[in-house]
Amino acid sequence: MNLLPNSNFNFMSKTRLFFFTSLFLLISTVGLLTFKGINYGIDFSGGILIEVKVKDGVTISDVRKKISSLKRFDSSLQEFGSSQDILIRSSVNDIELNQAVELIKNTINEQVLEFRRVEIVGPVIGEELKKYAFYAVIFALLAMMMYIWIRFEWQYGVGALIALFHDVLITIGFVSLLDIEFGLSVLAAILTIAGYSINDTVVIFDRVRENFSKHKKKEYEEIFNLSINQSLNRTIMTSLTTLVALITLYLFGGEVISGFTLAMIIGVVIGTYSSNFVAVPVLLLLKPNRGAIEEFIDPVKAKFFEKERND
Amino acid sequence: MNQYSLIKKIFILTVVIFGFIFALPNVVKLPSFMPSKTVKLGLDLQGGAHLLLQVDEKSVMKEFYDGLGDTVRAKLRSEKIGYKKISSDSNNLSVTISNESQIEKARKLTKFIVKDLSVADNKNVITYKLNDFGINNKLLDIVEQTIEVIRRRVDATGTQEPLIQRQGNNRIVVQLPGVENPNEIKSLLGRTAKLSFHLEDSTGLKSPSTIRTIDEDGNILILKRRAYLTGKNLLDAQPSYSNNLPVVSFRFDSSGARKFGRLTSLNVGKRIVIMLDGKVISSPVVNEPILGGSGVISGNFSIEEVNELSILLRAGALPAPLSVVEERTVGPGLGADSIASGKMASVLGLLFVVLFMLFAYRLFGLYANIALAINMVLILSVLTILQATLTLPGIAGIVLTIGMAVDANVLIFERIREEYNCGAKLHVALEKGFNSAFTTILDANITGLIAGVILYIFGTGPIQGFAVTLSIGIVTSMFSAIMITRWILISWVIRKNPTELPKGF
Repeated sequence: MNLLPNSNFNFMSKTRLFFFTSLFLLISTVGLLTFKGINYGIDFSGGILIEVKVKDGVTISDVRKKISSLKRFDSSLQEFGSSQDILIRSSVNDIELNQAVELIKNTINEQVLEFRRVEIVGPVIGEELKKYAFYAVIFALLAMMMYIWIRFEWQYGVGALIALFHDVLITIGFVSLLDIEFGLSVLAAILTIAGYSINDTVVIFDRVRENFSKHKKKEYEEIFNLSINQSLNRTIMTSLTTLVALITLYLFGGEVISGFTLAMIIGVVIGTYSSNFVAVPVLLLLKPNRGAIEEFIDPVKAKFFEKERND
Repeated sequence: MNQYSLIKKIFILTVVIFGFIFALPNVVKLPSFMPSKTVKLGLDLQGGAHLLLQVDEKSVMKEFYDGLGDTVRAKLRSEKIGYKKISSDSNNLSVTISNESQIEKARKLTKFIVKDLSVADNKNVITYKLNDFGINNKLLDIVEQTIEVIRRRVDATGTQEPLIQRQGNNRIVVQLPGVENPNEIKSLLGRTAKLSFHLEDSTGLKSPSTIRTIDEDGNILILKRRAYLTGKNLLDAQPSYSNNLPVVSFRFDSSGARKFGRLTSLNVGKRIVIMLDGKVISSPVVNEPILGGSGVISGNFSIEEVNELSILLRAGALPAPLSVVEERTVGPGLGADSIASGKMASVLGLLFVVLFMLFAYRLFGLYANIALAINMVLILSVLTILQATLTLPGIAGIVLTIGMAVDANVLIFERIREEYNCGAKLHVALEKGFNSAFTTILDANITGLIAGVILYIFGTGPIQGFAVTLSIGIVTSMFSAIMITRWILISWVIRKNPTELPKGF
């Protein structure tokens, strides 16, 4: 199946549109983070999470009534997948978390069929996990940028880094918008998105580098348009197969990882967009060197082109 | 395209065959001479409790400086150096010498008691402080001892295959597969269990060498601070009955038995006070000397309390108090549901991607699907061989890999089509497709691996599980999508000698 045979879109004439789209999304993200904030899961905020399956006929408001009789802490309840599964979150100040869990469990014991999950994260741990999460994201992005820099040139590294920050930030914006609970698994999703996005970016950069050496006379815009167009089929195919897998996971993978998969689905879409329409326009701005240097940098390719020329 | 060399073929076949053999025990039981290991499931899939315990650093250091204070006191006494005050807290020990002229002597005398100790003096006060290296070693030491005690206590509860290991310099991870309600174990681990035998202080006055406390009936009691005997000398402790009430019967080792004999012989008619973690649990009056080294602790105990106390005394005291800073418990119901939905999502995800590839690339899609299937087997076998833990996010990693693994083939196929449409002969197009897609695939996957490795380093538990499957998936998918697909295509070219791309490509 050839989705777009000989596509020849002039993407580089639309850079202004891409720029404002991204700018809009980024500003919206900042706005969301400022005014709505992130719904941190207990991994980062510390606290208690209890998932219960209640007995037949027991409703969430029955459980809520019981728990509200415990005056010492705030709890929020939500249905989790079905009306029989209830998630109880609680943050506690003046009582030990372990004791609080015991209190809650004892209070609702009669209504509960099964305690499916109990998580207690002390405040110190929450703070630490937050710190590690921040380091992880920064390290990952810088490491990827370094790799691109080494394999290509610094302009490509900058382009990739900007695209990565773009993806990470906007995904976090959606996490805030859709009220996805931001815990360790969503963090993992974000880092995976970074990996996916850079994967996409590399594919296109690779084309750009190749086209620079193949078409010495073409303008930057032409080269970039050509590279994106040549990769377009692949970009669409791979995004589709990945999205198909992720959507299946979202629909059938259970509630526990639904936040994780939702973040990933959003991220794949944004990552695909940014590889083509953020990373490449940055290159247009920075105008990397063209010419023979990249063959020198990449011995594998250089050898191949040499062979091709000799053929 | 050139035919693969024999060595290359053998290599690929070996990898695939071994992959199958090691993955197979996950599906069927093999004869005994074959591998039998299956994938290790994480606690979120098999159900169980994960506890993160933290050693109380302050009390470790306080105890250390207390002990140091005792040593310094003894030294100063033996050298007849007068001192006014010896005080310790969790940060340091400070000793005030009576006569400032003796400070140099005192300092020299006590300088080399412990390694990594910094000793500073100011007028007539000497301050002892452990440096960072010393503090770290002290903590590691305490954590190691604590792990031993925890292991004995957990083993006593009969938990199968517990995992107990150090994390950082003051934390311990305890994983208890299959434990649905970790309360019993938490209460076991939350107690220091320092047992000590004290005598009542005859003066009845409050002083630095006495403790004022209340006995088990709530009456005020003044004790000698120094314990006559401690739980360190215990050899065994078992739940038992005395006068139809649950009690703990204990037995001392030989030196403990001697001390206990002397204690009871010299104090007939007096009370011996038994304390556990600073609380009086029993204060019996000695009726007659006990020379055999065994006795019972009777208090107002329930059967459960007696069982727990026996376990604690047998396992020994924790060197420092522990607190639970993180707990994650998954019931067996949720674990089973997660496995079921994980399987469902994997199978359906695989099915959809397979159909998609068939639809998009027809015959070549079939070839890519064969590679994808082999990839799945390889992921499973590598997980099994490494005994890496499969978690729910790990399953998500596999599903994601299904989607992304075909990327390499997509890249190759699109290249082939491009070269072919530009007028290259079929076999040239195939060759070029593989060659020029190769570095792209390599670069793209290495950056993916970077993300995986960093996730593994910074992540914990389930997230590490995700990082592991993602990274394994990246490596195996490169192997299968490049080497295996290429082999299949070469065979196709040799068999059919085609001159054009298959229909519908």
